[in-house]
Amino acid sequence: MIRIELEKRAQHSAIFSLTSPLIALVITAVLGAIMFLMLGKSPTAALYSYFIEPLTEMWSIHELMIKAAPLILIATGLSVCFLSNNWNIGAEGQFILGGIFGSALPIMYPEFTGPMVLPLMLLMGIVGGAAYATIPAFLKARFSTNEILSSLMLVYVAQLFLDWLVRGPWRNPEGYNFPESRTFHADAVLPEIWFASGRAHWGFVFAILIAVLMWFVLNKTLKGFEVRVLGLSPRAGRFAGFSSNKMIFTAFIIAGGLAGLAGISEVSGAIGQLRPVISPGYGFTAIIVAFLGRLNPLGIIAAGLILALSYLGGEAAQISIGVSNKVSAVFQGLLLFSVLACDTLIHYSIKVVKSARGKAAL
Amino acid sequence: MKKFTKTILGAAAFSLLAGSAMAADAKACFIYVGPIGDFGWSYQHHQGLLAVEEAYGDKVETAYLESVPEGADAERAIERFARSGCNIIFTTSFGYMDPTNKVAAKFPDVKFEHATGYKRESENVATYSSKFYQGRYIQGQIAAKMSEKGVAGYIASFPIPEVVRGINSFMLGAQSINPDFKVKVVWANTWFDPGKEADAAKSLIDQGVDILTQHTDSTAPMQVAEERGIKAFGQASDMIEFGKKTQLTAIIDDWAPYYVERVGAVLDGTWESHDVWHGLAEGNVAMAEYSNMPDDVAAMAKETEEKIKSGELEPFTGPIKKQDGSDWLAEGEKADNGTMLGMNFYVEGVDDKLPQ
Repeated sequence: MIRIELEKRAQHSAIFSLTSPLIALVITAVLGAIMFLMLGKSPTAALYSYFIEPLTEMWSIHELMIKAAPLILIATGLSVCFLSNNWNIGAEGQFILGGIFGSALPIMYPEFTGPMVLPLMLLMGIVGGAAYATIPAFLKARFSTNEILSSLMLVYVAQLFLDWLVRGPWRNPEGYNFPESRTFHADAVLPEIWFASGRAHWGFVFAILIAVLMWFVLNKTLKGFEVRVLGLSPRAGRFAGFSSNKMIFTAFIIAGGLAGLAGISEVSGAIGQLRPVISPGYGFTAIIVAFLGRLNPLGIIAAGLILALSYLGGEAAQISIGVSNKVSAVFQGLLLFSVLACDTLIHYSIKVVKSARGKAAL
Repeated sequence: MKKFTKTILGAAAFSLLAGSAMAADAKACFIYVGPIGDFGWSYQHHQGLLAVEEAYGDKVETAYLESVPEGADAERAIERFARSGCNIIFTTSFGYMDPTNKVAAKFPDVKFEHATGYKRESENVATYSSKFYQGRYIQGQIAAKMSEKGVAGYIASFPIPEVVRGINSFMLGAQSINPDFKVKVVWANTWFDPGKEADAAKSLIDQGVDILTQHTDSTAPMQVAEERGIKAFGQASDMIEFGKKTQLTAIIDDWAPYYVERVGAVLDGTWESHDVWHGLAEGNVAMAEYSNMPDDVAAMAKETEEKIKSGELEPFTGPIKKQDGSDWLAEGEKADNGTMLGMNFYVEGVDDKLPQ
């Protein structure tokens, strides 16, 4: 009986730790090249279209920012949750609720215009997402309900609620009954950062500012220390006078608020109206981003950009070398797999254990 | 060697202005909402792309993106095409309507063709659709003849006018044969999800329907019907391979003639914006072979098909009552295009509450 075990290394190499993402990238490139060769495509052209082509043109860099912004915002919020041992899987739902709350203003009061509209919308988006996140927080703090299940199931509630809104009360009166809201008026649209060169909006700026701020809070303040301690050992935290229950609310409200901000930024900046579906799964992808960035907001910025690049690269590869979108998805999987494998192998070593028969049963 | 030059060319094309290194006279690009292997909606659009390749050979280059989500991603995908040298871009799902118009405004030299929408905000946007509901009327008649229980199951996607129109047309066709015919509707809320569609099919069969029809794009319902030994209609594409003993007929979306014509118009410079809504008569909608039914039923179906083609029969002709019993169309009155395009109510007899 042979088993394979992961054994924690006594100490891990600082150099490997730092360069691990790069090593992962190289491994992905090599594995990808083999895959493309087997498909009869030129590996150089394929890798070029994945990693370089999206960065060769200004408009495409804008698109990268659009794609990365919600991922970074949501993942930053989630890092607070995950560090404090609160498993919020429902960012997708908080994103949607943020989009809905923020959109209430331009949809229900289209005649209300002016410079106050946008700040109010963003604020309502944050409130919407945060309020929605307090539901699983309350259930966990009061009844010890498993927050993984409650937050995940609330995603479906949010999706159906949005679906009902755009087919029912918020349906565009001039829209031939098609399921979408009226389009937002100019004052309700998040402006582009740098007009005329692309359509990236201020959502990206929010994402970067907030991630940097969060990095500071988590690493340089007492509150950040509290988050970590309660995550690592709730008991130790209690001795230090930190409240687990308060932390549950804090973490969920921050994560929900940021997901809500991401939601209203996406709706207002990138879409311009409510539709039955406003997110291609940002809330779930952001979980991957949070861990790829090792729950460090600065790492999350990098991870968000890389993941966004892999989406854009996947499209570019479909067009310029003609691979199917399944191949794009496989390639993205290779990337994530390599990153996680590298990280794991730096901290753990693989050990083949030969054990006696009797022992194996244990 | 050829591959190598292609690579170099490809890389060069992007360092120069995109597209300028292409040898073809025109580039036609397609965006699909599902995978081309759905054997339904996106598959048929892709058949149109292949027809364009066949018709023009080296003169036209083609490209496509499949499974593009409706939303912010669609706008990027369309813009990417517009920038990569496409001369004409077909966006083949309703949800691409606003992104198509937004991108079109930025690229006045590129032609845009949006399927099933109604917005043409700039001169380089055309819209096109087909009168699938004509085929649904024929299906309704066949269902009423073939069903022993007098109840058909209808797997619907989203409650948008096109789908509602199909359900109503099916109902009217069935009522023309059996006034007491019933239709049960299940909303799958997806265009393509074989698992969900199969579940919907099973639950409808368990509720006692013995004919199945679908407005979703996978072949799963057809396969379930085959397993359970009931009859079914194919959607968008001839699905006989998936239900040899099951498929009565299928509505086939034949986009090929339209795509060949429109790409040709780009080649000779005669392209103009328009809004077309073709049907059986023009060949954009076709019926798959009438199979697994007695000859007299097949003959009736063919006769109805001919009548619709010649314009003698229009499914939405009064007297028709709405589901709540109120009058909609008086004797001999035909539905106007506005009501048709925005249809959001059932006709009398549909056993479902329309999600609103």
